[in-house]
Amino acid sequence: MRQIFTLSLLFSTIRLATPLVLAALGGLYSERSGVINIALEGLLLAGAFTAASVTYYAHSPWVGLGAAIVAGASVAYILALACIRFKADQVVTGTGINILFIGLPAVLSGALFLSSGSTPQIPKENLLPVLARFVPFMPAWRIFTDVSIISLLAVVVVFVTRYVLYRTPFGLRLRAVGENPEAADAAGVAVNRMRYVGVIMSGALAGIGGAYLSIGQSSLFTRNMAAGRGFIALAALIFGKWRPVQTMLACLLFGFADAMTIQMQGVAKLPSGEDIPVQFIQMIPYVLTIIVLAGFIGQSRAPKALGTAYQKER
Amino acid sequence: MLELRNISKRFGAVQANDRVSFTVPTGTIHAIVGENGAGKSTAMRIAYGFYTADSGDILVDGEVREIRTPHDAIALGIGMVHQHFMLVEPMTVAENIVLGSEPGSAVSLDLKKAADEIRKVSDEFRLTVDPNALIENLSVGQQQRVELLKALYRHAEILILDEPTAVLTPQEVEEFFAILRGMREQGKTIVIITHKLSEVLSISDNVTVMRDGKVVGDLKTSETNAAELARLMVGRDVLLRVEKPDAKAGASVLKVQNLSVMGRGESKRVDNVSFDLRAGEIVGVAGVEGNGQTELIEALAGLIPGSHISGTIAFEGRDITQLDARKRKELGIAHVPEDRHRRGLLLDFTLAENTILGVHYRKPAVGFAGVMLDQKGIQRRTEQVIRDFDVRPPNPMLPARALSGGNQQKLIIGREFELPPKLLLVSQPTRGVDIGAIEFIHRKIVEMRDAGCAVLLVSAELEEVTSLSDRLLVLHNGKVAGEVDPKKTSNEEIGLMMTGGARS
Repeated sequence: MRQIFTLSLLFSTIRLATPLVLAALGGLYSERSGVINIALEGLLLAGAFTAASVTYYAHSPWVGLGAAIVAGASVAYILALACIRFKADQVVTGTGINILFIGLPAVLSGALFLSSGSTPQIPKENLLPVLARFVPFMPAWRIFTDVSIISLLAVVVVFVTRYVLYRTPFGLRLRAVGENPEAADAAGVAVNRMRYVGVIMSGALAGIGGAYLSIGQSSLFTRNMAAGRGFIALAALIFGKWRPVQTMLACLLFGFADAMTIQMQGVAKLPSGEDIPVQFIQMIPYVLTIIVLAGFIGQSRAPKALGTAYQKER
Repeated sequence: MLELRNISKRFGAVQANDRVSFTVPTGTIHAIVGENGAGKSTAMRIAYGFYTADSGDILVDGEVREIRTPHDAIALGIGMVHQHFMLVEPMTVAENIVLGSEPGSAVSLDLKKAADEIRKVSDEFRLTVDPNALIENLSVGQQQRVELLKALYRHAEILILDEPTAVLTPQEVEEFFAILRGMREQGKTIVIITHKLSEVLSISDNVTVMRDGKVVGDLKTSETNAAELARLMVGRDVLLRVEKPDAKAGASVLKVQNLSVMGRGESKRVDNVSFDLRAGEIVGVAGVEGNGQTELIEALAGLIPGSHISGTIAFEGRDITQLDARKRKELGIAHVPEDRHRRGLLLDFTLAENTILGVHYRKPAVGFAGVMLDQKGIQRRTEQVIRDFDVRPPNPMLPARALSGGNQQKLIIGREFELPPKLLLVSQPTRGVDIGAIEFIHRKIVEMRDAGCAVLLVSAELEEVTSLSDRLLVLHNGKVAGEVDPKKTSNEEIGLMMTGGARS
């Protein structure tokens, strides 16, 4: 057991939870405004691919990060356009975007890099930095300084989101629009404009999460590298009752499950002394998602207008 | 001063407003009456910017104004309280009131300042409500105050109220009217949309009557009366009160003993209710909505699982407590549900299909080999219901959705009345139904009684239960607060019992 529960498990948890937190908070902005964002997976992939490609050419992770934000926001804008303006079914549209981004990066990287599997390797100095870059003289904290700057950003985003949601007029309107758009409209709030903003913000945040995957945690984009994280983020959002801090904690739980699978491989033994087959260990995060959602969803109350387009009679 | 000048509005094939014009002078209470679909709400929703008129002008204080969104209306000092409250339930009173015109800066919402301002306004108009309470924890009466405060907080000078009393008890209505009179004294202009003539007469200075999208009368309230208003609304003379001979009650049909219905958690929605219902009488159930009427009727109709019920329900001497809805219907228990869209109809199904709901598995709906629908039988049955209950338009192939509320209701009532039943459970039979159809439905209910049927009638309209019932049970908090003779008891006394103020 001591081999599993180590300090590195903690930091591994933080690393693995980071993209979840960013995607889930993105989802929060969208869903609080009343638009289901099942496209988080696709948005992560859009961000990841864009970040890796742009960084490769620009030799700067910051340009890559910026491009990932723009890419996420642009794809989210398509989702917003379809769901808000054209009142398309939100789940179907989101699923379409997810499917699109399983294939599109492969096509593009085939055209750009003559390899449909992945983008070229990015040198280490061009990746998003870890905290060590900013606190070079603390060797004892080596393990802490291994944490990415994006992880820190994710925590900041959580608390900023909490403030925005509950302490600003924007947040009040966003929540109102997702709960009861008619009431918000009657009070003079521009319902669909709020929803556009919510969805586009969700794309921008998921874009950052994607960039972290490809140019933070890893050094290239590989096909379908989000590996269901968008959906786990969505589960965390529901488990966190659409509240920023609770959602972050839910992401940490899922991140922890993920970290466990890495730590346990080759360590956890069956009573007979054999290793637990790795496939079973890798199932942990997904099984946990199912258990959590099946067991706790009853206590979670979604924004009431979630999933319905606001149709104003004229 | 608010003036509508030649406002016209068309929704698809329906001319909702046809050159509607009227003027509301400053500092007066102006009633707009008319049947459902007469265009009252449409006209006022245009004035509030919810709809845009096809043609015509809106004048505020003598000037033509462009009102494209509620935002524009608010800026011109127009506020509206909608029939269905426009409140965000999981948010607080203060949050709801300031939504859309928040105090403080864009990056910081000053809810303390908001609460202070709200207290100031609520003191001024005696609309007490806790700014920090959650909307979902408030009673409907309190929620309505929040709606009023929302308009007043935005400095509304002209207040439009759409059917504001529909959800209030008689006492609350009195209180509410006192508040409105207070506002009038402070110079506010009030437009009240309603279909209750007694309220028009008691509160308004002037009244505009609408029918089929047109203004058909513009009167001073002091110079008119209920009969004249009803005639204008319907276009013919209307009997406002049911005329019925005394009941000839026969044998006991329904015996309810110590009936309790569990709600969520430990609460009892119906609490130890016992009563007897005999053939040939109408027993009314009065009460503020949410005091157990729904659950009582549903328990009797077999719609609540037996595990949630204690006590016994006996029909013609037989214990039916554990029987399901179908079995009860087979015994002769008909049910006109309170919410016709939820329990009464399948809106996208045709009138014919809706007519056989509940008898869909037996004659006349089923013919060959007991498994095939008998289209001819269904057709005959539907035509009979349509004819006997004057359902319009009389086309069995129309989807139920295409009918007005009154005609949908007549179809349900026809379906249930022609079972034919020995016991009739009728809930809110005339909710959202026009005066003309109300008169018809009331007459049919009395006819059923006179034919020997036992009728249990639940209605939120006190006027309705007192005029139709031979005996009246008053429910409060799931308990029978008393049984009264509606002919000998005043509405005030009944109202007091409804709110738990007194026992007889």
